[in-house]
Amino acid sequence: MLTRKIEFLVGCFLLTGLAAFLTLVFNVANIKIDSGESTYALTARFTNVGGLKVRSPVKVGGVTVGRVSDIILDPKQLDAVVTIQIDKRYDQFPETSSLSILTSGLLGEQFLGLTPGFDDGDTSMLKSGDKIENTHSALVLEDLIGQFLYSLGSKDK
Amino acid sequence: MRIVERITALGHNAIEFISGFGRAGIMLWNAIVNVPRFRKGTPLLIKQLYVVGVQSFVIITISGLFIGMVLALQGYNILSDFGTSESLGPMVALSLLRELGPVVTALLFAGRAGSALTAEIGLMKSTEQLSSLEMMAVDPLRQVIAPRFWAGVISMPLLAMIFSAVGIYGGHIVGVEWKGIDAGSFWSILQSQVEWHQDILNSLIKSVVFAVVVTWIALYRGYQVIPNPEGISRATTKTVVQASLAVLALDFLLTALMFG
Amino acid sequence: MDNQTPNLVEVRNMSFNRGSRAIFKDLNLTIPKGKVTAIMGPSGIGKTTLLKLISGQLTPDSGQVLFDGHDIHKVSRKELFNLRQRMSMLFQSGALFTDINVADNVAFALREHSNLPESIINTIVAMKLEAVGLRGAGKLMPNELSGGMQRRAALARAIALEPELVMYDEPFAGQDPIAMGVLVKLIKELSESLNLTSVVVSHDVVEVLSIADYVYVVADKKVIAEGTPQQLKQSDNLQLQQFMGGEPDGPVPFHFPAPDYKKELMGENR
Repeated sequence: MLTRKIEFLVGCFLLTGLAAFLTLVFNVANIKIDSGESTYALTARFTNVGGLKVRSPVKVGGVTVGRVSDIILDPKQLDAVVTIQIDKRYDQFPETSSLSILTSGLLGEQFLGLTPGFDDGDTSMLKSGDKIENTHSALVLEDLIGQFLYSLGSKDK
Repeated sequence: MRIVERITALGHNAIEFISGFGRAGIMLWNAIVNVPRFRKGTPLLIKQLYVVGVQSFVIITISGLFIGMVLALQGYNILSDFGTSESLGPMVALSLLRELGPVVTALLFAGRAGSALTAEIGLMKSTEQLSSLEMMAVDPLRQVIAPRFWAGVISMPLLAMIFSAVGIYGGHIVGVEWKGIDAGSFWSILQSQVEWHQDILNSLIKSVVFAVVVTWIALYRGYQVIPNPEGISRATTKTVVQASLAVLALDFLLTALMFG
Repeated sequence: MDNQTPNLVEVRNMSFNRGSRAIFKDLNLTIPKGKVTAIMGPSGIGKTTLLKLISGQLTPDSGQVLFDGHDIHKVSRKELFNLRQRMSMLFQSGALFTDINVADNVAFALREHSNLPESIINTIVAMKLEAVGLRGAGKLMPNELSGGMQRRAALARAIALEPELVMYDEPFAGQDPIAMGVLVKLIKELSESLNLTSVVVSHDVVEVLSIADYVYVVADKKVIAEGTPQQLKQSDNLQLQQFMGGEPDGPVPFHFPAPDYKKELMGENR
């Protein structure tokens, strides 16, 4: 027959398992910016996305405000179209804001830096489905070195 | 003639293999399709949760702690060479959530609970307890197999979650307390890298799949046992071997599906 | 009187094979209501198998088994379970559930199949245990009992639901003379007081003949002799006499079928 002790221990076990799950969800995965309801989508075009990936963070002043949700190649213009999901709490970015692909540290992951534009009073704010026109593509190390060597060479002459 | 015999043997083995699958499927189907009886079924389930879950709790917690600590120690030595020792947090957390949590839990579970299930059911069969249930007009699948199956399927994901959580804490002990990584950056980088859907939900899905497979194999091996001591010991060994291999193979498949 | 008793179980032309080995061939048996019917035979001829066939745990290859007019292998699983509530079986090993105590073992079928309140179940359990002389052992676990007591506890469990048919699988095997005597007495008393139909499968000739109303002797895949104990004792069937008298060799050979001994020793068969 079941004793109360067994029932108690099973209850403890189930609670511990649930607690572990909740700890993982809320403490380990910072579950704030993800659920579809609380974000809005923006798109931007880049000539080169470098090492940007789906789920790379979008940061403003180092604070993560959203994530990349999709990267596709426009078959006509042959440049990359990046869709990002921004947390609804941050909905005060002027249309003149710009996006650049940055790298965290020398070897780190690439992320999108959103630089808020100047708001002169009647600039409208970015809303769901809008496109950010002002973008800066990824810096590709090989191109940089190539340009550097080229400029060195031209100076020598 | 030789070749004909070989081909015959191959066909025989293939048919055995497939019909074994079929029998196992029918057993599981009959066991879980029956309408659950809450008044009589719940005490049985609680008892099995105790046997399968609570009794595996200690081994899972201790293993999780040590594996988290070892991961952190090895990871720290490599990452500090590249000057990115702050990435220790996500490294430990992602390894645990994506792979080690579900897989090691399933392997330990197969060894600890799976073998015990097989032996227990095998013993019940060889002492005619299953037949006597049958004679008392009680379906042994419903009375014996179903509660054990559900207990396994409920317990293992919880155990995997406990394993991962304890392991991350073990990583914290080694990384922060011992090696002196800043606690703030350890947790913030960890939190920015781990994601609910990609990592935690997938971890949960993996462990549910493993739970079904391991418990199923253990129960089927017990139910099909040749009722003598040798048969039981063989069935127990088979449970551990087949369940472990199935877990590792399925893990590769699931990882390929989830993380490409 | 005997002819008016309807038969509770009828086995008609039943054949059963295990793999390619035939166990029974065109077997016919009738088990009359309210009597003790014994099935005897040397070990290894499938007496336990026969009980499993009668109770529907195994399915014959041909022929049928009728329990109170229902073909037990044709009815649906639900009906089979309903019929099974009217029969019970005492297994050779007792087959008590090892994880619950003796009283819970006896109460098991009652709790499963009736909605009786716990107080009534406890009363019934006490009565059944009293009948087998184990009322004091209700709180013990099965492995704390001796083999003979386990079998008695299993008997209490078998009669808990007041079945019409009780099948005893080798009830006397491996028991000391005292336990054997107790079991013989119990089977006899129970079948008389509860008006049970009993089937006893055994090879313990003396004990069986002392309680059986009618005896079938099964050997060589079929019934070789049948009758009341009196008739069997007077029979001049050689095979039967060998079995009843316990002679080592006779129509039932001591040797397993083998090629000629001399030839094998001389290596001629290789």
